[in-house]
Amino acid sequence: MDNVTFGTTMLVAGMGGTLLTLWIMSLIMTILDKVFPYKEEEEGKKES
Amino acid sequence: MLEAILNGLSGLTMGFQHLLLDWRGLVMIIVGCVLLYLGIRKDCEPLLLVPIGFGCILVNVPLSDVMLKDGFLRVIYDAGVATELFPLLIFIGIGAMTDFGPVLAQPRTFLLGAAGQFGIFLTLLLALALGFPKLDAVSIGIIGACDGPTAIYVTSKYAPHLLGAVAVAAYSYMALVPIIQPPIMKFLTTDAERNIVMKYTARPVSRTTRLLFPLVITIAGGCIAPKGLPLLGSIMLGNLMRESGVVARLTKASENEIANVVTLFLGLAIGATMSGPAFIRAETLIVLGLGFLAICLDTVCGILFAKWMNVMSREKINPLIGAAGISAFPMAARVAQKEGYRYNRKSHLLMHAMGANAGGQVGSVIAAAVMLSVLAGMGIIG
Repeated sequence: MDNVTFGTTMLVAGMGGTLLTLWIMSLIMTILDKVFPYKEEEEGKKES
Repeated sequence: MLEAILNGLSGLTMGFQHLLLDWRGLVMIIVGCVLLYLGIRKDCEPLLLVPIGFGCILVNVPLSDVMLKDGFLRVIYDAGVATELFPLLIFIGIGAMTDFGPVLAQPRTFLLGAAGQFGIFLTLLLALALGFPKLDAVSIGIIGACDGPTAIYVTSKYAPHLLGAVAVAAYSYMALVPIIQPPIMKFLTTDAERNIVMKYTARPVSRTTRLLFPLVITIAGGCIAPKGLPLLGSIMLGNLMRESGVVARLTKASENEIANVVTLFLGLAIGATMSGPAFIRAETLIVLGLGFLAICLDTVCGILFAKWMNVMSREKINPLIGAAGISAFPMAARVAQKEGYRYNRKSHLLMHAMGANAGGQVGSVIAAAVMLSVLAGMGIIG
Protein backbone atom coordinates (compact mmCIF):
# COMPACT_ATOMS: atom_id res chain seq x y z
CA MET A 1 0.00 0.00 0.00
CA ASP A 2 1.44 3.39 -0.97
CA ASN A 3 1.88 6.18 1.54
CA VAL A 4 -0.84 8.40 0.05
CA THR A 5 -3.49 5.68 0.34
CA PHE A 6 -2.27 4.79 3.82
CA GLY A 7 -2.22 8.39 5.02
CA THR A 8 -5.63 9.20 3.59
CA THR A 9 -7.13 6.04 5.10
CA MET A 10 -5.66 6.82 8.50
CA LEU A 11 -6.90 10.39 8.31
CA VAL A 12 -10.43 9.52 7.26
CA ALA A 13 -10.95 6.26 9.15
CA GLY A 14 -8.80 7.20 12.14
CA MET A 15 -10.01 10.73 12.68
CA GLY A 16 -13.57 9.90 11.65
CA GLY A 17 -13.54 6.74 13.77
CA THR A 18 -12.31 8.63 16.82
CA LEU A 19 -14.95 11.32 16.45
CA LEU A 20 -17.69 8.79 15.79
CA THR A 21 -16.66 6.60 18.74
CA LEU A 22 -16.61 9.52 21.15
CA TRP A 23 -19.91 10.81 19.80
CA ILE A 24 -21.43 7.36 20.42
CA MET A 25 -19.97 7.42 23.92
CA SER A 26 -21.41 10.87 24.61
CA LEU A 27 -24.79 9.55 23.46
CA ILE A 28 -24.43 6.56 25.77
CA MET A 29 -23.65 8.90 28.66
CA THR A 30 -26.65 11.07 27.87
CA ILE A 31 -28.88 7.99 27.81
CA LEU A 32 -27.37 6.66 31.05
CA ASP A 33 -28.03 10.01 32.69
CA LYS A 34 -31.64 10.00 31.50
CA VAL A 35 -32.30 6.40 32.55
CA PHE A 36 -30.55 6.74 35.90
CA PRO A 37 -31.02 10.37 36.94
CA TYR A 38 -29.52 11.68 40.13
CA LYS A 39 -31.94 11.47 43.04
CA GLU A 40 -31.90 13.52 46.18
CA GLU A 41 -32.00 10.31 48.28
CA GLU A 42 -28.48 9.51 47.15
CA GLU A 43 -27.27 12.67 48.80
CA GLY A 44 -29.19 11.70 51.90
CA LYS A 45 -27.60 8.25 51.93
CA LYS A 46 -24.14 9.76 51.57
CA GLU A 47 -24.73 12.11 54.48
CA SER A 48 -26.08 9.35 56.75
CA MET B 1 54.40 -9.07 38.16
CA LEU B 2 54.76 -5.37 37.35
CA GLU B 3 53.21 -6.06 33.95
CA ALA B 4 50.25 -7.77 35.62
CA ILE B 5 49.75 -4.78 37.92
CA LEU B 6 49.92 -2.37 34.95
CA ASN B 7 47.45 -4.50 33.01
CA GLY B 8 45.17 -4.55 36.00
CA LEU B 9 45.39 -0.77 36.38
CA SER B 10 44.75 -0.29 32.66
CA GLY B 11 41.42 -1.98 33.22
CA LEU B 12 40.47 0.98 35.38
CA THR B 13 41.05 3.42 32.53
CA MET B 14 39.19 1.50 29.85
CA GLY B 15 35.94 3.34 30.52
CA PHE B 16 37.62 6.71 29.98
CA GLN B 17 39.28 5.45 26.82
CA HIS B 18 35.93 4.37 25.39
CA LEU B 19 34.38 7.67 26.42
CA LEU B 20 36.91 9.50 24.27
CA LEU B 21 36.62 7.01 21.41
CA ASP B 22 32.85 7.41 21.02
CA TRP B 23 31.66 10.99 21.67
CA ARG B 24 28.00 9.99 21.38
CA GLY B 25 28.02 8.35 24.80
CA LEU B 26 29.37 11.54 26.34
CA VAL B 27 26.71 13.64 24.60
CA MET B 28 23.98 11.34 25.90
CA ILE B 29 25.35 11.54 29.44
CA ILE B 30 24.99 15.32 29.09
CA VAL B 31 21.44 14.82 27.74
CA GLY B 32 20.69 12.63 30.78
CA CYS B 33 22.01 15.39 33.05
CA VAL B 34 19.81 17.96 31.24
CA LEU B 35 16.76 15.74 31.84
CA LEU B 36 17.71 15.46 35.51
CA TYR B 37 18.11 19.24 35.66
CA LEU B 38 14.68 19.78 34.09
CA GLY B 39 13.10 17.34 36.50
CA ILE B 40 14.88 18.45 39.68
CA ARG B 41 15.40 22.19 39.23
CA LYS B 42 12.55 23.07 36.87
CA ASP B 43 10.00 20.62 38.29
CA CYS B 44 9.23 19.48 34.74
CA GLU B 45 7.51 16.04 35.05
CA PRO B 46 10.11 14.99 37.68
CA LEU B 47 8.50 11.61 38.32
CA LEU B 48 9.38 10.58 34.79
CA LEU B 49 12.31 12.76 33.81
CA VAL B 50 14.44 11.85 36.84
CA PRO B 51 14.39 8.07 36.21
CA ILE B 52 14.59 8.61 32.43
CA GLY B 53 17.60 10.90 32.84
CA PHE B 54 19.32 8.49 35.18
CA GLY B 55 18.54 5.50 32.96
CA CYS B 56 20.01 7.46 30.05
CA ILE B 57 23.22 8.07 32.01
CA LEU B 58 23.44 4.44 33.12
CA VAL B 59 23.20 3.06 29.61
CA ASN B 60 25.74 5.52 28.20
CA VAL B 61 28.50 5.01 30.73
CA PRO B 62 31.20 3.31 28.64
CA LEU B 63 31.23 -0.50 28.77
CA SER B 64 27.94 -0.41 30.63
CA ASP B 65 26.22 -3.78 30.52
CA VAL B 66 22.89 -2.70 32.01
CA MET B 67 21.08 -3.22 28.71
CA LEU B 68 22.95 -6.34 27.63
CA LYS B 69 21.38 -9.76 28.14
CA ASP B 70 20.55 -10.19 31.84
CA GLY B 71 21.56 -6.58 32.59
CA PHE B 72 19.21 -5.13 35.20
CA LEU B 73 17.66 -2.51 32.89
CA ARG B 74 17.26 -5.12 30.14
CA VAL B 75 15.36 -7.32 32.59
CA ILE B 76 13.08 -4.39 33.52
CA TYR B 77 12.62 -3.43 29.84
CA ASP B 78 11.79 -6.98 28.76
CA ALA B 79 9.43 -7.50 31.67
CA GLY B 80 7.41 -4.33 31.43
CA VAL B 81 7.99 -2.33 28.28
CA ALA B 82 8.43 -5.04 25.65
CA THR B 83 5.35 -6.76 27.07
CA GLU B 84 3.46 -3.39 27.29
CA LEU B 85 2.62 -4.20 30.90
CA PHE B 86 3.93 -0.97 32.49
CA PRO B 87 1.81 1.52 30.50
CA LEU B 88 -1.26 -0.56 31.27
CA LEU B 89 -0.54 -0.65 35.01
CA ILE B 90 -0.07 3.13 34.92
CA PHE B 91 -3.43 3.40 33.17
CA ILE B 92 -5.16 1.54 35.99
CA GLY B 93 -3.72 4.16 38.32
CA ILE B 94 -4.84 7.02 36.06
CA GLY B 95 -8.36 5.58 35.93
CA ALA B 96 -8.35 5.31 39.72
CA MET B 97 -7.30 8.96 40.03
CA THR B 98 -9.65 10.47 37.45
CA ASP B 99 -13.07 11.83 38.24
CA PHE B 100 -15.12 11.61 35.06
CA GLY B 101 -17.96 13.48 36.80
CA PRO B 102 -17.50 16.75 34.82
CA VAL B 103 -17.69 14.96 31.48
CA LEU B 104 -20.61 12.80 32.61
CA ALA B 105 -22.45 15.98 33.63
CA GLN B 106 -21.85 17.53 30.17
CA PRO B 107 -21.41 14.71 27.64
CA ARG B 108 -21.01 17.13 24.73
CA THR B 109 -17.58 18.12 26.06
CA PHE B 110 -16.55 14.56 25.16
CA LEU B 111 -16.48 15.70 21.53
CA LEU B 112 -13.83 18.28 22.37
CA GLY B 113 -11.77 15.33 23.59
CA ALA B 114 -12.05 13.89 20.08
CA ALA B 115 -11.07 17.13 18.35
CA GLY B 116 -8.04 17.36 20.60
CA GLN B 117 -6.70 14.17 19.01
CA PHE B 118 -6.72 15.37 15.43
CA GLY B 119 -3.09 16.40 15.73
CA ILE B 120 -2.21 12.70 15.92
CA PHE B 121 -3.48 12.03 12.42
CA LEU B 122 -2.20 15.25 10.87
CA THR B 123 1.27 14.61 12.30
CA LEU B 124 1.13 11.05 11.00
CA LEU B 125 0.61 12.49 7.52
CA LEU B 126 3.55 14.85 7.96
CA ALA B 127 5.79 12.02 9.15
CA LEU B 128 4.81 9.96 6.11
CA ALA B 129 5.56 12.94 3.86
CA LEU B 130 9.00 13.19 5.47
CA GLY B 131 9.69 9.60 4.49
CA PHE B 132 9.18 7.73 7.75
CA PRO B 133 7.97 4.13 7.40
CA LYS B 134 4.27 3.62 8.15
CA LEU B 135 4.53 2.24 11.69
CA ASP B 136 7.19 4.81 12.62
CA ALA B 137 4.82 7.54 11.41
CA VAL B 138 2.04 6.07 13.56
CA SER B 139 4.31 6.13 16.62
CA ILE B 140 5.38 9.71 15.94
CA GLY B 141 1.77 10.80 15.43
CA ILE B 142 0.78 9.27 18.75
CA ILE B 143 2.86 11.91 20.58
CA GLY B 144 -0.12 14.10 19.72
CA ALA B 145 -2.20 12.03 22.13
CA CYS B 146 -0.33 14.10 24.75
CA ASP B 147 -0.48 10.96 26.81
CA GLY B 148 2.76 9.29 27.90
CA PRO B 149 1.50 5.75 28.59
CA THR B 150 -0.45 5.62 25.30
CA ALA B 151 2.58 6.84 23.35
CA ILE B 152 4.80 4.28 25.07
CA TYR B 153 2.28 1.47 24.54
CA VAL B 154 2.02 2.08 20.80
CA THR B 155 5.69 2.86 20.19
CA SER B 156 7.08 -0.05 22.20
CA LYS B 157 4.92 -2.34 20.13
CA TYR B 158 5.41 -0.96 16.63
CA ALA B 159 8.55 1.21 16.59
CA PRO B 160 10.67 0.31 19.63
CA HIS B 161 13.74 2.05 18.13
CA LEU B 162 11.89 5.37 18.52
CA LEU B 163 10.77 4.72 22.10
CA GLY B 164 13.26 7.04 23.81
CA ALA B 165 12.57 10.00 21.52
CA VAL B 166 8.79 9.51 21.56
CA ALA B 167 8.58 9.11 25.34
CA VAL B 168 10.82 12.10 26.05
CA ALA B 169 8.85 14.21 23.56
CA ALA B 170 5.47 13.11 24.98
CA TYR B 171 6.37 13.84 28.60
CA SER B 172 8.37 17.01 27.96
CA TYR B 173 5.74 18.64 25.78
CA MET B 174 3.02 17.59 28.20
CA ALA B 175 4.85 19.56 30.87
CA LEU B 176 5.18 22.49 28.47
CA VAL B 177 1.43 22.73 27.76
CA PRO B 178 1.10 25.96 29.83
CA ILE B 179 3.75 27.54 27.59
CA ILE B 180 2.74 26.02 24.23
CA GLN B 181 -1.01 26.60 24.35
CA PRO B 182 -1.66 30.24 25.36
CA PRO B 183 -0.17 31.90 22.23
CA ILE B 184 -2.18 29.55 19.99
CA MET B 185 -5.33 30.22 22.02
CA LYS B 186 -4.86 33.95 21.62
CA PHE B 187 -4.07 33.73 17.92
CA LEU B 188 -7.12 31.65 17.04
CA THR B 189 -9.80 33.44 19.04
CA THR B 190 -11.32 36.89 18.89
CA ASP B 191 -11.76 39.17 21.87
CA ALA B 192 -15.51 38.54 21.80
CA GLU B 193 -15.00 34.77 21.87
CA ARG B 194 -12.48 34.90 24.70
CA ASN B 195 -14.94 36.97 26.71
CA ILE B 196 -17.80 34.47 26.49
CA VAL B 197 -18.94 33.60 29.98
CA MET B 198 -20.15 30.03 30.34
CA LYS B 199 -22.54 29.43 33.18
CA TYR B 200 -21.90 26.38 35.27
CA THR B 201 -24.40 24.82 37.57
CA ALA B 202 -23.06 21.77 39.34
CA ARG B 203 -25.15 18.89 38.09
CA PRO B 204 -24.65 15.79 40.16
CA VAL B 205 -24.45 12.42 38.44
CA SER B 206 -26.10 9.35 39.89
CA ARG B 207 -23.98 6.57 41.37
CA THR B 208 -25.49 4.07 38.92
CA THR B 209 -24.37 6.20 35.96
CA ARG B 210 -20.90 6.55 37.43
CA LEU B 211 -20.70 2.77 37.90
CA LEU B 212 -22.09 1.92 34.47
CA PHE B 213 -19.87 4.43 32.66
CA PRO B 214 -16.60 2.43 32.79
CA LEU B 215 -18.39 -0.82 32.01
CA VAL B 216 -20.36 0.49 29.05
CA ILE B 217 -17.39 2.42 27.64
CA THR B 218 -15.17 -0.68 27.88
CA ILE B 219 -17.69 -2.90 26.13
CA ALA B 220 -18.72 -0.36 23.47
CA GLY B 221 -15.17 0.90 22.89
CA GLY B 222 -13.82 -2.65 22.86
CA CYS B 223 -16.34 -3.69 20.22
CA ILE B 224 -15.48 -0.69 18.02
CA ALA B 225 -11.72 -0.85 18.45
CA PRO B 226 -10.71 -4.22 19.93
CA LYS B 227 -6.99 -3.58 19.37
CA GLY B 228 -7.11 -0.85 21.97
CA LEU B 229 -9.03 -2.85 24.54
CA PRO B 230 -6.03 -3.26 26.89
CA LEU B 231 -5.63 0.54 27.04
CA LEU B 232 -9.31 1.30 27.41
CA GLY B 233 -9.96 -1.64 29.74
CA SER B 234 -7.17 -0.75 32.14
CA ILE B 235 -8.16 2.92 32.54
CA MET B 236 -11.81 1.93 32.99
CA LEU B 237 -10.95 -0.82 35.49
CA GLY B 238 -9.20 1.81 37.61
CA ASN B 239 -12.21 4.09 37.34
CA LEU B 240 -14.67 1.32 38.20
CA MET B 241 -12.66 0.50 41.33
CA ARG B 242 -12.72 4.18 42.28
CA GLU B 243 -16.44 4.65 41.72
CA SER B 244 -17.49 1.35 43.30
CA GLY B 245 -15.91 2.42 46.58
CA VAL B 246 -15.75 -1.20 47.73
CA VAL B 247 -12.11 -1.85 46.90
CA ALA B 248 -10.55 1.19 48.50
CA ARG B 249 -7.30 -0.69 49.19
CA LEU B 250 -6.90 -1.71 45.55
CA THR B 251 -7.77 1.79 44.36
CA LYS B 252 -5.27 3.32 46.73
CA ALA B 253 -2.59 0.82 45.74
CA SER B 254 -3.24 1.43 42.03
CA GLU B 255 -2.96 5.18 42.28
CA ASN B 256 -0.06 5.19 44.72
CA GLU B 257 2.19 2.18 45.30
CA ILE B 258 1.72 0.40 41.96
CA ALA B 259 1.78 3.60 39.90
CA ASN B 260 4.89 4.81 41.73
CA VAL B 261 6.86 1.59 41.37
CA VAL B 262 5.86 1.20 37.73
CA THR B 263 6.70 4.85 36.99
CA LEU B 264 10.20 4.28 38.36
CA PHE B 265 10.74 1.14 36.30
CA LEU B 266 9.17 2.66 33.20
CA GLY B 267 11.32 5.77 33.40
CA LEU B 268 14.52 3.76 33.89
CA ALA B 269 13.64 1.42 31.02
CA ILE B 270 12.88 4.32 28.68
CA GLY B 271 16.10 6.06 29.63
CA ALA B 272 17.89 2.82 28.89
CA THR B 273 16.71 2.95 25.27
CA MET B 274 18.56 6.25 24.81
CA SER B 275 22.00 4.91 24.02
CA GLY B 276 24.18 7.27 21.99
CA PRO B 277 24.29 5.34 18.71
CA ALA B 278 20.52 4.74 18.80
CA PHE B 279 19.52 8.26 19.86
CA ILE B 280 21.94 10.64 18.18
CA ARG B 281 20.47 10.68 14.70
CA ALA B 282 18.79 13.34 12.59
CA GLU B 283 15.67 11.19 12.92
CA THR B 284 15.48 11.92 16.66
CA LEU B 285 15.43 15.68 16.09
CA ILE B 286 12.70 15.29 13.48
CA VAL B 287 10.67 13.15 15.90
CA LEU B 288 11.02 15.82 18.61
CA GLY B 289 10.01 18.53 16.11
CA LEU B 290 7.01 16.58 14.86
CA GLY B 291 5.95 15.84 18.43
CA PHE B 292 5.92 19.53 19.19
CA LEU B 293 3.90 20.16 16.06
CA ALA B 294 1.46 17.40 17.03
CA ILE B 295 0.61 19.09 20.32
CA CYS B 296 0.23 22.48 18.59
CA LEU B 297 -2.10 20.89 16.02
CA ASP B 298 -4.16 19.26 18.80
CA THR B 299 -4.64 22.69 20.35
CA VAL B 300 -5.51 24.28 16.99
CA CYS B 301 -8.06 21.57 16.12
CA GLY B 302 -9.59 21.64 19.61
CA ILE B 303 -10.11 25.41 19.48
CA LEU B 304 -11.46 25.35 15.91
CA PHE B 305 -13.86 22.55 16.84
CA ALA B 306 -15.06 24.52 19.88
CA LYS B 307 -15.60 27.54 17.61
CA TRP B 308 -17.68 25.36 15.31
CA MET B 309 -19.66 24.01 18.28
CA ASN B 310 -20.18 27.61 19.37
CA VAL B 311 -21.76 28.42 16.01
CA MET B 312 -23.91 25.28 16.01
CA SER B 313 -25.00 25.37 19.63
CA ARG B 314 -27.73 27.52 21.18
CA GLU B 315 -25.74 27.78 24.37
CA LYS B 316 -22.54 29.78 23.83
CA ILE B 317 -19.23 27.96 24.23
CA ASN B 318 -15.99 29.76 24.96
CA PRO B 319 -13.58 28.33 22.34
CA LEU B 320 -10.73 28.44 24.86
CA ILE B 321 -12.07 25.23 26.43
CA GLY B 322 -11.35 23.49 23.11
CA ALA B 323 -7.65 23.64 23.96
CA ALA B 324 -8.36 21.47 27.02
CA GLY B 325 -9.48 18.52 24.89
CA ILE B 326 -6.07 16.88 25.24
CA SER B 327 -4.91 14.28 27.66
CA ALA B 328 -2.66 16.45 29.86
CA PHE B 329 -4.95 16.26 32.90
CA PRO B 330 -5.70 18.58 34.68
CA MET B 331 -3.01 20.91 33.33
CA ALA B 332 -4.80 21.76 30.08
CA ALA B 333 -8.03 22.57 31.96
CA ARG B 334 -6.13 24.89 34.26
CA VAL B 335 -4.59 26.67 31.26
CA ALA B 336 -8.07 27.23 29.75
CA GLN B 337 -9.34 28.57 33.09
CA LYS B 338 -6.35 30.86 33.52
CA GLU B 339 -6.53 32.25 30.01
CA GLY B 340 -10.32 32.76 30.17
CA TYR B 341 -10.00 34.55 33.50
CA ARG B 342 -7.20 36.73 32.14
CA TYR B 343 -9.50 38.11 29.47
CA ASN B 344 -12.68 38.28 31.53
CA ARG B 345 -12.65 38.37 35.32
CA LYS B 346 -16.22 37.05 35.36
CA SER B 347 -15.31 33.99 33.32
CA HIS B 348 -14.81 30.71 35.17
CA LEU B 349 -14.17 28.00 32.63
CA LEU B 350 -12.56 25.43 34.90
CA MET B 351 -15.40 22.91 35.22
CA HIS B 352 -16.26 23.11 31.51
CA ALA B 353 -12.59 22.70 30.67
CA MET B 354 -12.31 19.77 33.10
CA GLY B 355 -15.07 18.05 31.13
CA ALA B 356 -13.16 18.58 27.88
CA ASN B 357 -9.94 17.49 29.58
CA ALA B 358 -11.46 14.28 30.96
CA GLY B 359 -12.88 13.72 27.47
CA GLY B 360 -9.36 14.24 26.14
CA GLN B 361 -8.06 11.51 28.42
CA VAL B 362 -10.56 9.00 27.11
CA GLY B 363 -10.17 10.53 23.63
CA SER B 364 -6.45 9.84 23.48
CA VAL B 365 -7.01 6.21 24.40
CA ILE B 366 -9.84 5.90 21.90
CA ALA B 367 -7.75 7.56 19.16
CA ALA B 368 -4.93 5.06 19.75
CA ALA B 369 -7.39 2.18 19.86
CA VAL B 370 -9.10 3.31 16.65
CA MET B 371 -5.75 3.80 14.96
CA LEU B 372 -4.56 0.29 15.90
CA SER B 373 -7.83 -1.24 14.77
CA VAL B 374 -7.69 0.62 11.43
CA LEU B 375 -4.11 -0.63 11.00
CA ALA B 376 -5.27 -4.16 11.76
CA GLY B 377 -8.16 -3.73 9.34
CA MET B 378 -5.69 -2.75 6.61
CA GLY B 379 -3.58 -5.81 7.43
CA ILE B 380 -0.55 -3.69 8.45
CA ILE B 381 -0.42 -5.15 11.96
CA GLY B 382 -1.48 -8.57 13.09
